[in-house]
Amino acid sequence: MALETANIQERLSQKFGSSVFAFGMQRDIFTFEASPENLHEVIQFLKEDEELNFHFLTDLCGVHYPENDDDHQFAVVYLLHNWVENTRVCVKTYLNANPEVDTIIDLFLSANWMERETWDFYGIVFKGHPQLKRILNMDEMISFPMRKEFPMEDSGRTDKDDRFFGRTVSNKSTL
Amino acid sequence: MSELLLPPEERYAKIIAEKRNEDGSELSVLNLGPTHPATHGIFQNILLMDGERILEAEPTVGYIHRAFEKISENRPFYQINVLTDRMNYCSSPINNFGWWMTVEKLLNIEVPKRAQYLRVIVMELARITDHLICNSILGVDTGAYTGFLYVFQFREKVYEIYEEICGARLTTNMGRIGGFERDWTPKAFELLEKFLEEFPPCWQEFENLFERNRIFIDRTVNVGPISAEKAMSYGFTGPNLRAAGIDYDVRVAQPYSSYEDFDFIVPVGKSGDTYDRFCVRNAEVWESLSIIRQALAKLPEGPIHADVPDYYLPPKEDVYNNMESLIYHFKIVMGEVPVPVAEIYHSVEGGNGELGFYLITDGSRTPYRLHFRRPCFIYYQAYPEMIKGAMLSDAIVILSSLNVIAGELDS
Repeated sequence: MALETANIQERLSQKFGSSVFAFGMQRDIFTFEASPENLHEVIQFLKEDEELNFHFLTDLCGVHYPENDDDHQFAVVYLLHNWVENTRVCVKTYLNANPEVDTIIDLFLSANWMERETWDFYGIVFKGHPQLKRILNMDEMISFPMRKEFPMEDSGRTDKDDRFFGRTVSNKSTL
Repeated sequence: MSELLLPPEERYAKIIAEKRNEDGSELSVLNLGPTHPATHGIFQNILLMDGERILEAEPTVGYIHRAFEKISENRPFYQINVLTDRMNYCSSPINNFGWWMTVEKLLNIEVPKRAQYLRVIVMELARITDHLICNSILGVDTGAYTGFLYVFQFREKVYEIYEEICGARLTTNMGRIGGFERDWTPKAFELLEKFLEEFPPCWQEFENLFERNRIFIDRTVNVGPISAEKAMSYGFTGPNLRAAGIDYDVRVAQPYSSYEDFDFIVPVGKSGDTYDRFCVRNAEVWESLSIIRQALAKLPEGPIHADVPDYYLPPKEDVYNNMESLIYHFKIVMGEVPVPVAEIYHSVEGGNGELGFYLITDGSRTPYRLHFRRPCFIYYQAYPEMIKGAMLSDAIVILSSLNVIAGELDS
């Protein structure tokens, strides 16, 4: 029996009430949001509940939304997969401008480097991570390069007007 | 502050000061890499050694980080394909088509059967070259150069096929949104047939050379084993996971590009050691050959790209002679194509695991966010644990059997 999305939603709502919300399909993947305070418990429940059994962490990444309100500045996206039922689920959690969320390294060993990567590029702090330091960028770096305000090219260039060649609002700023 | 945040040299210095062996000998620190010839790529591992035995290891990654995700946020969709080439450069067509399929999923484009089958052929060729390199290099690391020299000529043959299809060899930039850039020439099919004829006997000989070879078995059996649970927790996918005994394969779990039309088995190992990884890759090469033969036999006639003028470049002579085509051409080249607002995840079975693309679009000409799920990056973090307690020479063998590609690791 395939794992029905309605079923997943019901079990989660039963357990966590209103701290999991915004259920919906993003194309073929069932997606919902969880509040950052409950995130660890939600992932743990998804992993350890016998019926849900999302035992594989496929992906973990950060997203920056500078144009959102103060409580939705960053998002961390968790993609989980149940190989037995062949069902994927996507959990998003939105964070404020001072982003902090619990680590899930105790649930999935693979989260270690993925969280380090997210910290490295977005400056999202994973509380309880034993080795939260830069991974792909050099240790001396002081900014978080995947944030939208970080310019990709030299912002002093005048020969190229980005209004015609790319995203404008967030692309150019001082840093 | 956690111990682990210290630079490894300092951390090790403490351990060395605390721990002295009874015979008066000391532990030592060894810097393996970043550009040691035996590591086949830019990998640095700072090791704490007791004689020849590894006690601790800390990998440093990021030496060839090129900020692909950042660049992607500033490039129109069709320009991102060249970035995917440079991730796992041993099997770039898989990355290419993985990206095109992500875009096609975003735009709800149905690719014609012929293009899908041709893509399967190229992707399986890429898988063969990927496994061929990995396994033959593993042979080199255990002291058998012959096998490598012997099978490596066939990578060249595959590259000649790529060249005939798209004009490029290593970083192929193959395909377009909706299909292929042009139909395959008869020469391409000819080369493919020739490859299918000449390669299997060679691969058989390569297998015979290694599979029951005493030296090779001594060097690989029970070296760097990983249990199925551990492998799953560490996020292993692809041949490395299957060597540990789990039969997860994206081609079967979530078939894309008509993989459901082909009959193939997913080889699995048992102990997840270096020897099992070698055998799983060997067996996969045979399966890939079988898939290519099936695809060739069933290859339907028809168009090689979907009818999507908004995204697919019109033929050059139309651009010069036809107003409409000129407009489409201009809009595509400038990146001004309609794109829906969406969040999608698409994955393909890459050479070394599940290669995923997590894409967020906001309706503008570039992705809002594009995250590559790079299998190497995720499973390489198990490496320190796998080499703990092993000999230094085993560490090299384990690294090559994991098939960690620096380009993909660092993105």
